Amino acid sequence: MADNKEKIAEALKSWNEKTQKVLAKNPERKAQFETLSEIPINRLYTPLDIEHIDYLEEIGFPGQYPFVRGVQNTMHRGRLWTMRQYAGFGSAEDTNKRFRYLLEQGQTGLSVAFDLPTQIGYDSDHPLSVGEVGKVGVAIDSVRDMAVLFDQIPLDQVSTSMTINSPAAVITAMYLALADKSNISFDKLRGTIQNDVLKEYIARGTYIFPPHIALRITTNIIEYCAKNMPQWNSISISGYHMREAGCTATQEVAFTLANGITYVQSVINAGLKVDEFAPRLSFFFSAHLDFFEEIAKYRAARRLWAKIMKERFKAQDPRSWMLRYHVQTAGCSLTAQQPLLNILRTGFEALSAVLGGCQSLHTNSYDEALALPSEQAVQIALRTQQIIAYEIGVTETVDPLGGSYYVEYLTDKIESDAEQYIKKIDEMGGMVTAIESGYVQQEIAHSAYEYQKKVESKERIVVGMNKFQIKEPPPTGLLKVDMSVGERQAEKLKVLRAERDNQAVLRCLEDVKRAAKDEKENLMPPILEAVKAEATLGEICDALREVFGEYVGGTSY
Amino acid sequence: MSEKKIIRVVLAKPGLDGHDRGAKVIARALRDAGMEVIYTGLRQTPEQIVTTVEQEDADVLMLSILSGAHNYLFPRIMELLKERGITDILVLGGGIIPDEDIPGLKQIGIKEIFGPGTELKTIIDCIHSNLAQANKV
Repeated sequence: MADNKEKIAEALKSWNEKTQKVLAKNPERKAQFETLSEIPINRLYTPLDIEHIDYLEEIGFPGQYPFVRGVQNTMHRGRLWTMRQYAGFGSAEDTNKRFRYLLEQGQTGLSVAFDLPTQIGYDSDHPLSVGEVGKVGVAIDSVRDMAVLFDQIPLDQVSTSMTINSPAAVITAMYLALADKSNISFDKLRGTIQNDVLKEYIARGTYIFPPHIALRITTNIIEYCAKNMPQWNSISISGYHMREAGCTATQEVAFTLANGITYVQSVINAGLKVDEFAPRLSFFFSAHLDFFEEIAKYRAARRLWAKIMKERFKAQDPRSWMLRYHVQTAGCSLTAQQPLLNILRTGFEALSAVLGGCQSLHTNSYDEALALPSEQAVQIALRTQQIIAYEIGVTETVDPLGGSYYVEYLTDKIESDAEQYIKKIDEMGGMVTAIESGYVQQEIAHSAYEYQKKVESKERIVVGMNKFQIKEPPPTGLLKVDMSVGERQAEKLKVLRAERDNQAVLRCLEDVKRAAKDEKENLMPPILEAVKAEATLGEICDALREVFGEYVGGTSY
Repeated sequence: MSEKKIIRVVLAKPGLDGHDRGAKVIARALRDAGMEVIYTGLRQTPEQIVTTVEQEDADVLMLSILSGAHNYLFPRIMELLKERGITDILVLGGGIIPDEDIPGLKQIGIKEIFGPGTELKTIIDCIHSNLAQANKV
């Protein structure tokens, strides 16, 4: 090997000399090449670039520590990823119809998008909800809406992912109450609750309570799920939204895993053993445009998380070491100009997610820079996944890019750069401190601005937007959300408040408040009781606001 | 030559959506172009936004929204500005706003609506030319 290394080095030297001559005549397109995340890219990668990487220790085999090549032995040869399109708009009736359409079209898991009032813990008739009800997702006020949302969908036969964070306990409770009503035991439920509050303060913005309080609620949910819902992913630790806010691939890995560390520590502090809950932690990443960088990013994240869980938290169950993740293609890469081109962007991004070894995938619809997706656009997005799965052969072997000098080099580079970031955050006192000081937000805002400047200077080409533009007619066929959803929801709330046992609701809300005041109590059981008594999401969140107070977001940029 | 007046911009996020990448990028760009930028942060009610405009004596109000609630929130803000007698202010909007909604928003006094892919320079030029016309700079 050492002998071989010298031979390669010698041959490389001679190749470099010849290349210099070529360059003298024909210079390259740019003086410097770099990834989307500003990692410098060499002209060529050879075995010398990865000679420091020990195959058995650092790469290994799929299904085995450190899982660089995938979390299962057979990966997509065994089972394809879950095709899971994020959907929700209007009322529970509207979204139920879209869900059943998607299941008919061959989708294999549901993913619920909630409207902003629901995500921020307001009922549809709250003054701040005006104009927002049913806009970016479905409006859910009470367990009655939840029953309509899942009408004719057997909860023990689908896996359901729900993008809800600050009020995650309430929505989880509604799902449980629904299962209970249909006589489905909690251990049969499969799915994921996003429940990742920390990234809300960093990037996504649907926070309610101060960070340390939100962390407690998240911890309560993870603990409750670990004990009652063995097939449920109790959190989806998300890099996606930070990436959408403008961070780099390396920052995405670093900040996501740093948030993960915070959650794991918090649940351990609450008294659980790491292997009791870590196997049900899941992750959520973006698939951006830089193809190889993205593939390397997933591989790096898997290795780094495995090391963190094994070395830092001393987890012993191999399932605790595995980073399992959902991917969504990058919404921020879509253009409003020549929107059909987004089908291709999304296709390439989805391909990187699959080659990177994802467990589930959402592909964006081409019209999403303009509006919520239309039915036709959603169908093309789903078909894109099906073409990758069934037509182009990339699923037939595990981690086909493993061993690529470039991909292995990038994997290593992203991992070590992310590790440096995590170290820095540790030194600052952890992620909650880093968020409260605004450090993470500033890092992301900086990256976003730098990226935009590159687009403006045309250092970065966006086809159809800053180059190859055409005159085009205004888009047609966009989805319009019915403006009357808000009124209909308000009407339903009126009926609900008239029909339910309001004394029982009040008692339940008092109980929620009492539990909130006692740090040692888990909030899930009293919230479940409140939901069953048909207390609304807004009422339960208000009860918690009364005890916990509210977080006020930052104004720095 | 008299000292050039520094343009004061209030950049606001009305409604409940948390998408502030665009707003923050624009805030930095306007700052780098020599303007004074006050960013309100997320989830501002129309009342809060108009109060900030009053307190900051702003020349420009920029509204960023991606949730789809613009047809309710923008008119409400314009109404409140009028009620409080703030008429000499340049109001600009941006975000995910369907083409068909733009004429209506312009009619109530929003000078320009910027969609995805707008160059920062276009926004900066728009501010300069409009304020020059109003003899403010």
